[in-house]
Amino acid sequence: MVGCGAVGSLFAANLSLLEDVEVWAFDLNELHVAAINRDGLRLSGAGDVVGHPRATSDAAELPPCGFGIVATKAMHTDAAIAATAHAFADGCVATVQNGLGNEEALARHVERVIRGTTFPAGKLLGPGHVQWDVKGDTTFGPYDERTPLAEVERLADACTRAGMPAQAVEDARGPQWRKVIFNASTNPIGALTGLTHGRVCERPDLRALVTGLVDEGKAVAAAQGIELDADPEELIDHAARPDVAYDHKASMLQDVEARRETEVDYLNGGIVRFGRAGGVPTPLNAAIQALVKGREASWTQS
Amino acid sequence: MTSVVVAGAGSIGSLLAAHLARVADVTVLTRREEHAAALREDGLRVSGRADFTARLGATADPAALPGGAELAILACKSTDLESLAARLEGTLAGATVMTIQNGLGAEEIVAAHGEWPLLSAVTFMSGTRHGDAHVEYVLDTATWVGPHRGTTEADARRVAELIQAGGLQAEAFPDLRPAQWSKLIFNATVNGVAALTGLPHDFHFAQTAELSDLGHLVRDLVDEGKAVAAAAGVELHDDPWEMNVLATQRGHRHFPSMLEDVEARRPTELELINGALVREAERHGVAVPLQTALYRLVKAREASYSE
Repeated sequence: MVGCGAVGSLFAANLSLLEDVEVWAFDLNELHVAAINRDGLRLSGAGDVVGHPRATSDAAELPPCGFGIVATKAMHTDAAIAATAHAFADGCVATVQNGLGNEEALARHVERVIRGTTFPAGKLLGPGHVQWDVKGDTTFGPYDERTPLAEVERLADACTRAGMPAQAVEDARGPQWRKVIFNASTNPIGALTGLTHGRVCERPDLRALVTGLVDEGKAVAAAQGIELDADPEELIDHAARPDVAYDHKASMLQDVEARRETEVDYLNGGIVRFGRAGGVPTPLNAAIQALVKGREASWTQS
Repeated sequence: MTSVVVAGAGSIGSLLAAHLARVADVTVLTRREEHAAALREDGLRVSGRADFTARLGATADPAALPGGAELAILACKSTDLESLAARLEGTLAGATVMTIQNGLGAEEIVAAHGEWPLLSAVTFMSGTRHGDAHVEYVLDTATWVGPHRGTTEADARRVAELIQAGGLQAEAFPDLRPAQWSKLIFNATVNGVAALTGLPHDFHFAQTAELSDLGHLVRDLVDEGKAVAAAAGVELHDDPWEMNVLATQRGHRHFPSMLEDVEARRPTELELINGALVREAERHGVAVPLQTALYRLVKAREASYSE
C-alpha cells in the first residue's frame, strides 16, 4: 500500500486479514506508521477491523511485491511511486486515487499499471485509527496492453475476499470518468461556496451550474470514446438525499477550510487537459479550476 | 452657500461630506443617532491625502433635514439604497438627488420613491473609516457625474465643480453610461473573483503565463461584459481589462468590498453589480456563462453564512 491515509488504510487493514496476502504499508506519517506496527491498524464505523500490515516510512525496506495499490493524494503520486517503484519491478501497480493523470504518472515509473476507481471513504482519526464512513465498490482495469487482465482479476479477487468488493473489467475508464465528473462538478462548488453537498443541490441556480460542469465532462469523455457506466447526474442526486450525503462537506471544502492544497488540478484541471487534447471546450471547468487555484494562492499571501 | 445633504456616512459618504463642507452647508443623514451626535460634536476628521476637520450638521431623522437643500447625495451601499430611498420619501423637495452606488440600477430604485430630478455618479476614490467621525482619504481618483432624470449635462457640471471646489477630483459627462458600464464590468469581475478566491486585487488578476492562471478567467469575464455592453449600445469609456491591469500595477493590495463583505459574512453588493450585468445580458440575449457562474457562486456563498 503506497500511501496509507484513510482510503489506503481501508485496503491495507482488510487485505492484511487474508492468510495468503502479506501487506506492507508505506506512508510518510511516522506517528501513524509507529502506531500501526505497535497496535495494528484499526478501522471503526462501517466495519470494525484490526489489521496488522507491516508499516514503514522507509521505501528501501519494502520487499519485492506482486501488487502495489497507490492511495496518496493525486499531487503526491509522482514522488510516492518514484520512491517505491523498485518494489514493483515484477509486479503491477494499481491506483485507487481521485482524478485524472495518476495512471500516466505511475506508468512513468513502473511497467504494469492498473486503473482503479474506488468509492469507500473514511477519515484518519489519529495514528493507527481510521473511521470507515462508507462502504463501496472498486473497479480495476488494465491501464494498457502491458498489464494482463488475469493479474487485474487476481487483485480484484483478493480485495473482494477481504471485504472490499472489487471487479476487474477490460476498460475501467467509464467508472473513473463517472467519479471524476461527479467530483469535479460538485466538490469545488462546495469548496467555493462553503455549502454542503445537499445544499448545493437544492439551489436550482447552483444545481444548473453543476449540470453545466457535468455536461463539459461528459463531452470530453465521449470525445475519447469512453462510455460512462452510469450518469453522474444520478450519482449527484442520489448523494444529495438526506439519508446519503446531504450534510457531507466535500473533501475539497474540508481542504479549503484547513488551507490544504486541493486536488483541483487532477479533477477540473484533468477534464480541461483532456478536453484540450480532444478539441472539446471546457470553459466552466477552467473557470472553476482558476478560482480554486486562486483560493490556494490566497493562503500564501501575507 | 449651497445647501447639500449627504445621506450615508460610510467611507465614500464621509469623504464627500467632509470635503463639500468646506464650500457648502452640509448636513449628513446617518442611520444611527449616536453617529450623528458624534459628527455634530466632534466634526468629521479627514486624514491621509488631506488633513482637516470639517464642521457639519448631522441627523438620523430625515424629517429634520434642511428644507432648502439643493443637492442630496445618496452615498450608502447599494444593499441599503432601497431602505434609504424609502426613508426619504416626501422629503428633500426641490433638491436634485444623486446616486453614487456601484453597479447598475441605483437610479431606478431612487426614482420609485420620489419625483426628484436625478443625477448619476460613479466614484473611483476610496477611503477607510476609522470611526464615526474619522475617515482616511486613500485613493484620490475621480468621481464622474452625469445627467439622469430631469437633469442636463450643465447640472452635472455644476455638481462636479462643487466637488472639485471641495478638494476632490470630479468630472462631468453628457452621458454617464460609458463610464458606469466600464466600472460595472470591472467591479463585477474583480469583486466576484476576489470574493471567491480570497485574493486581494493583486498581480494574480493579470497573470496569464500558465493556462490555469487567474488572468485568463478575468479576461474571459471582462470579454463577456464587453459583449453585453456592445449589445446594450454602450461604448465603454475605459477598457475594463486595462483598468484591471493598471490597478494591479499600483503596488498596493486593494481588498475589494465584496471580499471584505464575504469574509465578515455580510450581504454583498452582488445584486446591483453581477446581478445587474447578468440581467442586462439576458435582456439583450447575450450568453454570459462565466459571469452567471460567478454570480451564482457568490450568491450561494452568502447563503452559506447560515451553515
